[in-house]
Order: sequence, then C-alpha cells, then structure tokens
Amino acid sequence: MSSLLRNAGMPMSEAMAFGLSSALAFAYLPFLRLNGLPLIAYRMPPGAIISGLDRGLGLGVRFETFGSRAAGTARLDALLDEGKLVGLQTSIYWLPYIPRDLRFHFNAHNLLVFGRDGDDYLVSDPVAETVVRCTRTDMERARFAKGLLAPKGRLYYMTQPPAAPDLVALGRKSLIRTTRVMLYAPLPLVGVRGMRWLARSVERLPLDGGGDAARLYIGHIVRMQEEIGTGGAGFRFMYASFLQELAAATGYRALDALAPRLVAIGDQWQEFAIAAARMIKRRDPLEPPKLAGRLRELAQAEKGFFQELNEARRAWRH
Amino acid sequence: MRERDVPQEGNAVLEGHRKAVYAVGADGKLRLVASRGWEVEETVTRQAVEDLERHAEDAKRRALAGDSSPLEYHMYRARMDVALLAQAVGIWRWRVRRHFRPDVFPRLSPDLRRRYAEALGIDAAALEKVD
Repeated sequence: MSSLLRNAGMPMSEAMAFGLSSALAFAYLPFLRLNGLPLIAYRMPPGAIISGLDRGLGLGVRFETFGSRAAGTARLDALLDEGKLVGLQTSIYWLPYIPRDLRFHFNAHNLLVFGRDGDDYLVSDPVAETVVRCTRTDMERARFAKGLLAPKGRLYYMTQPPAAPDLVALGRKSLIRTTRVMLYAPLPLVGVRGMRWLARSVERLPLDGGGDAARLYIGHIVRMQEEIGTGGAGFRFMYASFLQELAAATGYRALDALAPRLVAIGDQWQEFAIAAARMIKRRDPLEPPKLAGRLRELAQAEKGFFQELNEARRAWRH
Repeated sequence: MRERDVPQEGNAVLEGHRKAVYAVGADGKLRLVASRGWEVEETVTRQAVEDLERHAEDAKRRALAGDSSPLEYHMYRARMDVALLAQAVGIWRWRVRRHFRPDVFPRLSPDLRRRYAEALGIDAAALEKVD
C-alpha cells in the first residue's frame, strides 16, 4: 500500500500507512477454518486497510472482482496498459516465485503489479525483496483460487492523486478506530477479549494421542503470528514506529512515550512464540495452560496500553 | 526488539529471501532492518509442511496397496483438503470422498479428470498414477 502511494507522488512509510489506516487489530475466528485450524488475525484484512487509507486520503480506490478468469485477466492487462499500478488479492500457493515451504492455500496474499513484459507480469511482492516475474497463467490461477476468502480475481487501483493529508485530524481518527477495535469491539472474539478467548481454547487443548494435535494447533497460532507478512509481533513494532512518526510529524510528543511500551509488548509476543516453538520441538514439556497464561498476560498488557493510548488521544488538543 | 537482536539465524524456509522488520535503533527510534530469518518461524513452518507430507505419504501407501485412489495422494500433495478440492472442482465433498475409492476412480469421466487435474495444477496423465 505504501508503494502504491509513493508511486502516486505521496511518499509514506509502511508504518505510517499501517497506522493511519487503523490496521492493527486482533481477531480469533474459530468458525473460519484453514486446513481445519481457526483463523487468527493480528491485523485488519487487507481490504479494510486499503479502504481505511482511502477514506483518509481521498484516493478514490476502486475494487473490482470478476466472474470469469478471462474477464479478470483482460481488465488487469487493460489497466496496466493505461499505466496504472494494480493491487491484487491472490492465493500464495500458486505463486511460483514464493519459496516452496511458504506456499499454503492462503487466499489473502496481496501484491502489486506495475507492468507487463510479454506474457510476464512485473510484480512487487512483500515476501520477495526484489522485483519478481509471474506468468499470466500462474497469476490467473492465483487470482481465481477457491476456498476461504476466495479472491475472485479482486484487483484495486487508485483513481485520484492523493491530497496532502491533515495528519492531526487523520491521526486522531485512526487512534479512535484502533482503540475501539482493541478495547470495545462488540464481538468477544475481537481485540483484547479475542486474546482471552484464544487463551481459553489453548488451555482446553486435548493432549491425547501424544499431543500431536495440540502441537499443531499451537504451531498454527505462531505461524499465523509470524509467517504472514511482518507477523503479529512485527505489527506491534510497526505500530510503535507509526506512533513515533506521528509524534514527529504533528509535534504531539505524548505519543513518543507510548512507543517503547508497545515495543515491549511486541517482545512479549516473540517470547510467547519462542516458548511455543520449544514445546513443539519437545525441548520443553507440552503444557498448553502455560501458553494460555502468557496469552492472558498479553491481553492484560495490550488492554493497559490501548487505554493509555486512548487517554493520550483524548488529551490531544490542537 | 533492539536492532542488534533482529534474528539472523538464516531460516532455510525463506530460501535466501530476507524480510524487513522494524527494530529499535541506538537512538530509540524504530527503523526497518533486514532479517535473514528466525528459528522459531522455521520450526512452525516445517511442522506444518511435515504434517502435510505425512498425510501425502499415508495416502501414497494406501493407493499403492489398493486401498485408495491416486486422487487422495495428489490432493494432499497439493496441500489441499477435501473441502478445498471440492470447491475448486465445483462438486460436493461426498463425491470427492467417493472418488477416493479405488473401484470408483477408474470410471471417472474424462471431463471430471480434466477438472481435477486443473484444480490440482498437474496434467491429466499425472493424475492416474502415484509417483
């Protein structure tokens, strides 16, 4: 998303785009299953992130989905020929340039296409460091994969150049949205309460059959946390960076003081991942209640943090 | 996470790719730092991959013993489950499960074979055998 803006002549760091779109979140969704395991999200879905920025900056982002592969490919090619930068929702499994072991059927992988060279698309993908190429056939397959959160060829692009943002108004609004999601979501599965709910389901993991199923479940939590994009702890660090940048850009220094606290919470998430990995590798005995305890501590820490962030936001006069 | 604590353990799963992560520098500011990977990530990714490979091996053994059709093996090899394969082909789950039966599989229509092969990303000829 940050590169989409940079291309339109508005340089913005990844962290700033992440924070302004109120992308930080937590959700535990046991009714959505990936290979039989629940969906756990540490940020908002990409669509919400993009719309969040769109609202704030007036980008006129248009989303399109398609009923047929041919129509989706034709539209993508036409937009590229117009010189547009196009975002795509894809299944990471079908992208040939992704390392083999990271290719799972996960449908919310977003990437950016900025050109075409014959039958190859030129792609900027957060997983790859450099520009990668992807053939038309492979891209079509990735865009029209089936399953949970099926992309249906979804693409998006900007129709207006971004206006210079009023960072104070935008920043405050984004803080309201994030604290609301984390503390006061109407669903008990979202935000801090979602962490507690997840803790409860970890605590109740059955240990029969040598605990292999429990190990897979725990591994899945960490995988959702660390492997998808920058990861759960990574998103906390990114948001901390956003707070620093926002403080610098608006001169509201109270946000600076909050950043280190969120960094500490990110560290705590990493410790949780390490503890889980040790149990998976059988270096430590498998004790789900211990991990559940860590999750509860994290929920408590995040609750405290977002309450303070909310206070700081309320005290922000301009 | 301090800048000097950014994991550089060389996660083999990333195949040499690096990841950009935010870390705290000496001045207390967060900045992007390239990471070569973290052992924890490698552990959980390998765990998930190995679980899928185990399913594929089981299915292969059963197919060779005549207890299952090659379709089940190819499904696991494509890291899918019955629900996903059924959706990708556009048929009911029970039909997919039925096609795992070694007596039913040989009677599938060429059209359905083609659709299975397409959904699994292999050619129709490869679908017939286990290798």
